[in-house]
Amino acid sequence: MTIETTGKVYKSFFEEKGGKKGIFAWIFSTDHKRIGLLYFYSIITFFVTGATLGLLMKLELIAPGETIVKAQTYNSLFTVHGVIMIFLVVIPGIPAVFGNFLLPLQIGAEDVAFPRLNLFSWWIYVAGAVLVLLSLFTGTGAPDTGWTFYAPYSFKTSTNMLPAVLGAFILGFSSILTGLNFIVTIHRMRAPGMTWFRMPLFPWTLYGTGWIQLLATPVIGITLLMVVGERLFNIGFFDPALGGDPILYQHLFWIYSHPAVYIMILPAMGVISEIIPTFARKTIFGYKAIVLSTLAIAFVGYFVWGHHMFTSGMSGTALFTFSILTFLVAIPSAIKVFNWVSTLHKGSIYPSLPFFWAISFIFVFMIGGLSGLVLGSLATDVHVHDTHFVVAHFHYIVFGGTGFAFFAAIHYWFPKIYGRMYNMTIGKIGWIIVFLGFNTLYGPMFYLGIKGMPRRYFDYLKEYTDFNVISSVGAMILITGMVIVIVNLIYAGFKGEKAVANPWGGSTLEWTVPSPPPLENFEKIPEVTTGPYTYS
Amino acid sequence: MSQEKTHIIPYKTYVYVLLVLLCLTFISVAVTSIELGTLTVTVALVLASIKSFLVLSYFMHLRFDQKIYAIMVTGILLIIIIVILITFLDYYYR
Repeated sequence: MTIETTGKVYKSFFEEKGGKKGIFAWIFSTDHKRIGLLYFYSIITFFVTGATLGLLMKLELIAPGETIVKAQTYNSLFTVHGVIMIFLVVIPGIPAVFGNFLLPLQIGAEDVAFPRLNLFSWWIYVAGAVLVLLSLFTGTGAPDTGWTFYAPYSFKTSTNMLPAVLGAFILGFSSILTGLNFIVTIHRMRAPGMTWFRMPLFPWTLYGTGWIQLLATPVIGITLLMVVGERLFNIGFFDPALGGDPILYQHLFWIYSHPAVYIMILPAMGVISEIIPTFARKTIFGYKAIVLSTLAIAFVGYFVWGHHMFTSGMSGTALFTFSILTFLVAIPSAIKVFNWVSTLHKGSIYPSLPFFWAISFIFVFMIGGLSGLVLGSLATDVHVHDTHFVVAHFHYIVFGGTGFAFFAAIHYWFPKIYGRMYNMTIGKIGWIIVFLGFNTLYGPMFYLGIKGMPRRYFDYLKEYTDFNVISSVGAMILITGMVIVIVNLIYAGFKGEKAVANPWGGSTLEWTVPSPPPLENFEKIPEVTTGPYTYS
Repeated sequence: MSQEKTHIIPYKTYVYVLLVLLCLTFISVAVTSIELGTLTVTVALVLASIKSFLVLSYFMHLRFDQKIYAIMVTGILLIIIIVILITFLDYYYR
């Protein structure tokens, strides 16, 4: 039994095991909170694996020439790092963990619309992950194509491509089912009185993301199957020797994979939109503008994929069309940043750890976003395409954006999820080390890219040495910070002080239930009469 | 927010729609024996679109449900059309 801070006794979802024992109470549970945590533990495990591979790459690049691995091993390192981080960590990331745990709580529901489908999604995720990991240790060596599996190399390389491609294909189904589940949940299960414009912003971003997951993911599924067909049966979709077109592969791949960037970043923006008003003690500035910008990003995000292909040999008409569309999608992203900053203006700001993670997100996301304009512009993109500039840009967006928001989210909702509070001082030390390490690691890559250092090479010219050394030292600082942050959270999960139901003074519905929440979330489904961010 | 709205369609309507779908299927098979040149794909797509429209409207109840669902489906079709059009900006002008 858990005792609420008010003295009331109840059973939390950790104690309600549905008649199952041990690990079975987790892996066969249809409770959205347990499934969210299943994803959390899986994703953190893969994150640590991917980060270790990233560190190995940075150690290789600490000096010119062969340092710790051979060229072919380096090719496998960046491929597997990319596949794990993109398909197993960042794409499922925030929606699968915090979406699952918090969506029903935030909209006043008992669970998601299809709880069994939800559990099935996690099982599919595990199956896909196992296949991806198998590709590392079986067959003729780990894949070496990069996470993009570009044709024609992907069906010509002798490395173990098929399990990796099939793994990514299977993972897509997990994403589609999660998206479908969230869309239906939001349409059908909002609490009485919770109109669309009374819904918190995190569910809104899950809604936009759900549509992208549902509509864009099948495209990558079909594309990956085409690669399999090409490898096994020489069909000739992409191989010029068989009458195919390799640029068609790039179109199909990026028709999914660019919207996938918004699968990664939209929920991150939702997390920030929850944290900022709570710690500014103020209603969010421009609620409707943020909602509409979410939908605008989800919509326009479908049409900008070609900016990944500016040097691939597309027609001039396609080039300038994609460039214009890319600049268009920057507008709704900027709207969100302006709204977050405006919310802080004249707010009674309560600076605490989740807030620090959130503002550092805004800082690094802005650098990532503005460097994206360099890549969206045709002339400058030709200069920096496939250089370290691109690596810096997408790490500022994907790690600085989604990653920082993920850590902002776990620090914000940790007391709700576990009913315990972490050590604030150690957490702040971890955060500042991560922030410094992150910028030391990725900042120099902008310079290296502008100076012409290509990505995906294990060696470089001597003139690039200084900034590579700085970057590699940054990787070590970043990993140190990450270890502090993660250990602090693990310790708090077991030994942290008991947290009250609403430690930050949040105004959304999840803060009205005890921490950790009971199995069916609400004693009685709440009636909503106001907007989500009401601070008097 | 549950706003249930039920609508009962007579079996007769379903049977009519089924017959129309079967007719269209036969036509789409039969039409392949006629040499239409570049129009072959267009004819196949038009017939498939009509069939999809019927299935969405009657079997999937879009015709009788809240307008929002029809708008959502239209939005999805719009996205697919734009994606195909933009892709052809590359192939057509290359």
